[in-house]
Amino acid sequence: MNRPSNRTVVVTGLGATTPVGGDIASTWAALLAGSSGVARMRHDWAEQLTTTIAAEVAVEPTEVLERVRARRLDRSGQLALIAALEAWTDCGLGGSSPPSEGAGDDAADADRATAGSVDPDRIGVVCASGIGGIQTLLANYDALVQRGPRRVSPLAIPMLMPNSPAANIGLAVGARAGVHTPVSACASGNEAIALAADMIRLNRAEVVLAGGTEACVHPLPMAAFGSMMALSRRNDDPEAASRPWDVDRDGFVLGEGAGMLVVEAAEHAAARGARVYAELAGAGITADSHDIAQPDPTGMGATRAIGRALDDSGLDPGDIAHINAHATSTPQGDVAEALAIRAALGAAADQVVLTATKSMTGHLLGAAGALESIAVVLALHHRTVPPTINLDRQDEAVALDIATKQRDLPAGDLAALNNSFGFGGHNVALAFRTA
Amino acid sequence: MASTEEIRTDLAEIVNEVAGVPADDVQLDKSFVDDLDVDSLSMVEVVVAAEEKFDVKIPDDEVKNLKTVGDAVAFIERAQTA
Repeated sequence: MNRPSNRTVVVTGLGATTPVGGDIASTWAALLAGSSGVARMRHDWAEQLTTTIAAEVAVEPTEVLERVRARRLDRSGQLALIAALEAWTDCGLGGSSPPSEGAGDDAADADRATAGSVDPDRIGVVCASGIGGIQTLLANYDALVQRGPRRVSPLAIPMLMPNSPAANIGLAVGARAGVHTPVSACASGNEAIALAADMIRLNRAEVVLAGGTEACVHPLPMAAFGSMMALSRRNDDPEAASRPWDVDRDGFVLGEGAGMLVVEAAEHAAARGARVYAELAGAGITADSHDIAQPDPTGMGATRAIGRALDDSGLDPGDIAHINAHATSTPQGDVAEALAIRAALGAAADQVVLTATKSMTGHLLGAAGALESIAVVLALHHRTVPPTINLDRQDEAVALDIATKQRDLPAGDLAALNNSFGFGGHNVALAFRTA
Repeated sequence: MASTEEIRTDLAEIVNEVAGVPADDVQLDKSFVDDLDVDSLSMVEVVVAAEEKFDVKIPDDEVKNLKTVGDAVAFIERAQTA
């Protein structure tokens, strides 16, 4: 397969707010330590549901963002902006002032003013979401029903529209190369990063803030996932509920949070002396065309996505040292993915160290691919793989080497994959390599 | 019946809550748009919150006439005595 251009794409900045930490440093430390972010929900509505546990963010976004700025954003937008501004600062383009020091439009102006030497016409944003601004939507529906149409907020549409997080990030950093919002359920975050790589390869941008956000810990989505029998009901033992590949897994744990990466043309990063975490080597996107919710049990679509990611990045199966699997802790999905990895890599699959960080973070839906890409990038950068917790008895149908303790990676050139699959049959595999 | 100053003080709290403008800046001679940087969507929020707070109706047609804080306070005073 021909690459659309020979521009190399690298990762130069990271930002996150997750169930295990309010930023990259705390999140990475928690992942390496095997800390679970799953807990009993504190909401008064929780007890009526069949699942009363979730992986909510470790740091409330309203504790980080200035009040007026926060009230103009859906929770998904708040989380996305926090992650984006951390990544923007981390890559050396965002200045040193934390987002909490600003206020409203003044803060956006301040962020923009520190954008350094990058031409705004060459800055892009791709921020995905699986569900969108559903908390704003439902809160305003409650206002409509209980208090009438006059009480529906004039900010409801700009807050609930799925592109709102991307657009607000674009405003904050002054991005004019294009601002996009891919929506492909739980593959959305990975798809965002794949599209960001395309923007750079097609020479539409030099720097792209890419990732995903999700904030749907609310009774309606939780009831809906519960009705699908998709959620774990291990309510009496929250930290053990997300258990990818374990024989006693009984569904995923809903998580919330955001992850953003600064994806940049390698020559642009080199010219400004930026730190490079890893190369974003390639991507593979396929669709199952099998079922709206169930994965193809043969894993064929996922196999083809991994194959395309290898082709796109010029990697061989034997180059892959590590995979952060999609592995949500559902009975069918975990097995289908294991089959796909085996089918795509063949005997080389035996050399791969796998992990499923969802065992700690729960499933962040549209942010999952972004957060797990960050975990892969940091695994390559630090040459160490976070553990999969709760894997007490590995499913016999999963014949792969899974790290149950933190596992170091060898020296030399290494490559790694991040898989994400979504309802609708979306499959996105990303390939990264050491810088 | 609330005094002009009481209405101004309560309105200032609303403008602070909605738009982050310091309450002390919300004086009768200030323009919502030009002086306080309250945009049109925030103005809608201010109006709805004021209707609730002061138990008055502020018709959409009337909002464009409320250019200053003083305009809004005067309208609320009239509406309360009507």
